[in-house]
Amino acid sequence: METIVKIRDVHFEYMNFEEQEIAALDGVDLDVQKGEFIVIIGHNGSGKSTLAKHINALLQPSRGTVWIKGMDASDEENLWNIRQTAGMVFQNPDNQLVATIVEEDVAFGPENLGIPSTEIRKRVDSALAAVGMSEFSDAAPHFLSGGQKQRVAIAGVLAMKPDIIVLDEPTAMLDPSGRQEVLNTVKYLNKHEGITVIHITHFMEEAVDADRVVVMEDGKVILEGTPREVFEQVDLLKEIGLDVPQVTELAHELRCEGLDIPPDVLTVEEMVDALCQ
Amino acid sequence: MSISIQNLTHIYMEGTPFESVAIKDVNLEIQDGEFIGLIGHTGSGKSTLIQHLNGLLRPTSGTIFIDGTDIFKKDMNMQTLRQQVGLVFQYPEYQLFEETVYKDIAFGPKNLHLSEDEIDRRIRESMELVGLDFAEVKDRSPFELSGGQRRRVAIAGVLAMKPKVLILDEPAAGLDPRGKNEILSQIKLLHEEYNLTIILVSHSMEDIAKLVDRIVVMNKGSVALTGKPSEVFAQSKLLEEIGLDIPHIAKLMHGLKERGMDVPEDIYTIEEAKKVILQLKKGEYNA
Amino acid sequence: MLKDITIGQYYPGRSPVHLLDPRVKIAITFLFIFIVFFIKSYIGYAILFAYLLFTIIISTIPPKLILKSLRPLLFVIILTFVINMFFTVGEDVIVRFWKLTITREGLNQAIFMALRLIFLVMGTSILTLTTSPIELTDGLEYILSPLKVFNFPAHELAMMMTIALRFIPTLMEETDKIMKAQMARGADFETGNLIQRAKSLVPLLVPLFISAFRRADELAMAMEARCYRGGENRTRLKVLKTETRDYIAIALTCVMIFFIMLDRYMF
Repeated sequence: METIVKIRDVHFEYMNFEEQEIAALDGVDLDVQKGEFIVIIGHNGSGKSTLAKHINALLQPSRGTVWIKGMDASDEENLWNIRQTAGMVFQNPDNQLVATIVEEDVAFGPENLGIPSTEIRKRVDSALAAVGMSEFSDAAPHFLSGGQKQRVAIAGVLAMKPDIIVLDEPTAMLDPSGRQEVLNTVKYLNKHEGITVIHITHFMEEAVDADRVVVMEDGKVILEGTPREVFEQVDLLKEIGLDVPQVTELAHELRCEGLDIPPDVLTVEEMVDALCQ
Repeated sequence: MSISIQNLTHIYMEGTPFESVAIKDVNLEIQDGEFIGLIGHTGSGKSTLIQHLNGLLRPTSGTIFIDGTDIFKKDMNMQTLRQQVGLVFQYPEYQLFEETVYKDIAFGPKNLHLSEDEIDRRIRESMELVGLDFAEVKDRSPFELSGGQRRRVAIAGVLAMKPKVLILDEPAAGLDPRGKNEILSQIKLLHEEYNLTIILVSHSMEDIAKLVDRIVVMNKGSVALTGKPSEVFAQSKLLEEIGLDIPHIAKLMHGLKERGMDVPEDIYTIEEAKKVILQLKKGEYNA
Repeated sequence: MLKDITIGQYYPGRSPVHLLDPRVKIAITFLFIFIVFFIKSYIGYAILFAYLLFTIIISTIPPKLILKSLRPLLFVIILTFVINMFFTVGEDVIVRFWKLTITREGLNQAIFMALRLIFLVMGTSILTLTTSPIELTDGLEYILSPLKVFNFPAHELAMMMTIALRFIPTLMEETDKIMKAQMARGADFETGNLIQRAKSLVPLLVPLFISAFRRADELAMAMEARCYRGGENRTRLKVLKTETRDYIAIALTCVMIFFIMLDRYMF
């Protein structure tokens, strides 16, 4: 397998209002394989968004190195290649759409890359189709729902033909159906278009289907593994203020009471099966 | 305060090509001191409905009585109404504008023309209610606080009006699990200790299941369902049709029942479920 | 709701006028404005009116909409008319009453001025009714791009207009929300004298500005993440193309101008 993102000992500091230096990232190591679906969880201020912005070279580490597809992200020369390779979707759906018409917005990235018009047309159409927004190609963004806007934003990234999409809490401002829409789109892209997905969220349910879950706290990676491995650590997750899926928590509680239930129950169906044995 | 919503209809931009019916013929009675969870999709009309309760929107037809007074009558004093019915919008931290937390919370009471002493008292009180340390935070700029703290300041700004009814639109939106749990338990406390009538708007069943006395489900501008949480969750078919998710624990109970286990259906919190399952399993063991 | 109001007055359609290259439309509109001030006879206005009428008919825009665009300016038009009628110095007196006199010269001048205003509004309305704001922006960018030689920021200007258009509905919605939130805290935006009212806007404007800056900041980052680096080497999804119908439109306009010139200089 090809390691597409390689992060080694990355540090990043910023100044707070009292002019104190705060370490947002405190020595992060992370490898992401090509085609992987990674979910990074952690609460606000854990450093997960800062880490995301390093993958897109929007921020540069004060120490350590980020390589994207073998390119050093600190090297000026690689900047545009890296941004094209690792596309980014942000939290607020309103603040990342540039144009007044959906298809013009999707075209924004390829236009910046200087791609010929006929090719842009093809990319815009296929990107909108991939996120299921073709019928809205002529709509104005402010008429769309939050989930639809995020899908347009994803299409905008897709049209740049990236290998990786980094989504920085794309579901935080959406209602449950909007969240589902975005999540389904992301999963589809990962499965069918082979795009490496790095999805950042604080909704635990969104981590259930990931290949790997990375838990961040205080600028460090404190836990890493398959969803089952990670959610088994109910006590640790609760301690740092994160939720686990309700059934996982129930399973954990019941196990503490001596019931024989597997530790890695994630879904309602699994729980029903476990209890009916 | 008791609230009686009668045949309330609101049509946006009536008579233009953009005309849309936001709520249609809504009837709802809310008792004094009740804790209501208002649930529905974006666009179900819940935001429109709550904006009528303090007179920010006027109905196209129908009306609302609060403690027997028609709030849309001609000589209604809107100031008094808005003091009595506090409304906390979604992402309320975006309405903060003063240099210090103290001044910002003072905005509401000042509009009520209260004395300096009274204002000061109310600021202290409301900051305590939302769990902000008065001495530490009062002179700081709201803009240097964390997201969760800013939201508390905004809620304190409404509480300082001393409302009898408190409406909160998605108070936990965008917060991480810890921030969400903190805010929600604070609201529960407000209800328990000050007997405020609370209307909590949410699209998450899970969040409000353990808090509220009664759930009102809105769909396409009408009240689709109302009742105690257990009664509402029992209607899983209807909820599914509307596209609302029931709490996983309630789903689990339905699942167990379908497999022939003898579990009560009105269980929707982890603690209750744990009790029920433990009892059941022990029964099996003894048998 | 507030956000549902369309910005500008674009009337969607697929008529030949809608489909014209926006650059051509903008250029013709400029010519048209020049001609309006150039005409000095009723025959000239008749020719111009015929041209306008023809455009309106093939544009499929309801004439009501065009008349509606005149309404906000009705007062100005009447005022111009009245002032010119009474205060133009002339010799050929038609009526005289009280201290006022109406002369033939005055009447002519009044009618001309009113017609000019009406034609100006109608002409530019046809442009904005048949051209979407995006097309207008694109057209202006192309028309102004030769000025880049003199360091004129044609691309930046167009990008600014696009972003402004994109964010107007968002900010309008936000204004509505913040206003309501402050009203829920007892704010009063409606009563009081001018100073009180200006003061009452602070709780509205401060959050609005803060939010606008935050949005600008996030948008800038999102644009950078999508490889935006100014207008250089940028391509476009939609390339403006001049087609046969554009040449026909230009030709027809030239014919109109020719007749007006003929009227002015030959007779």
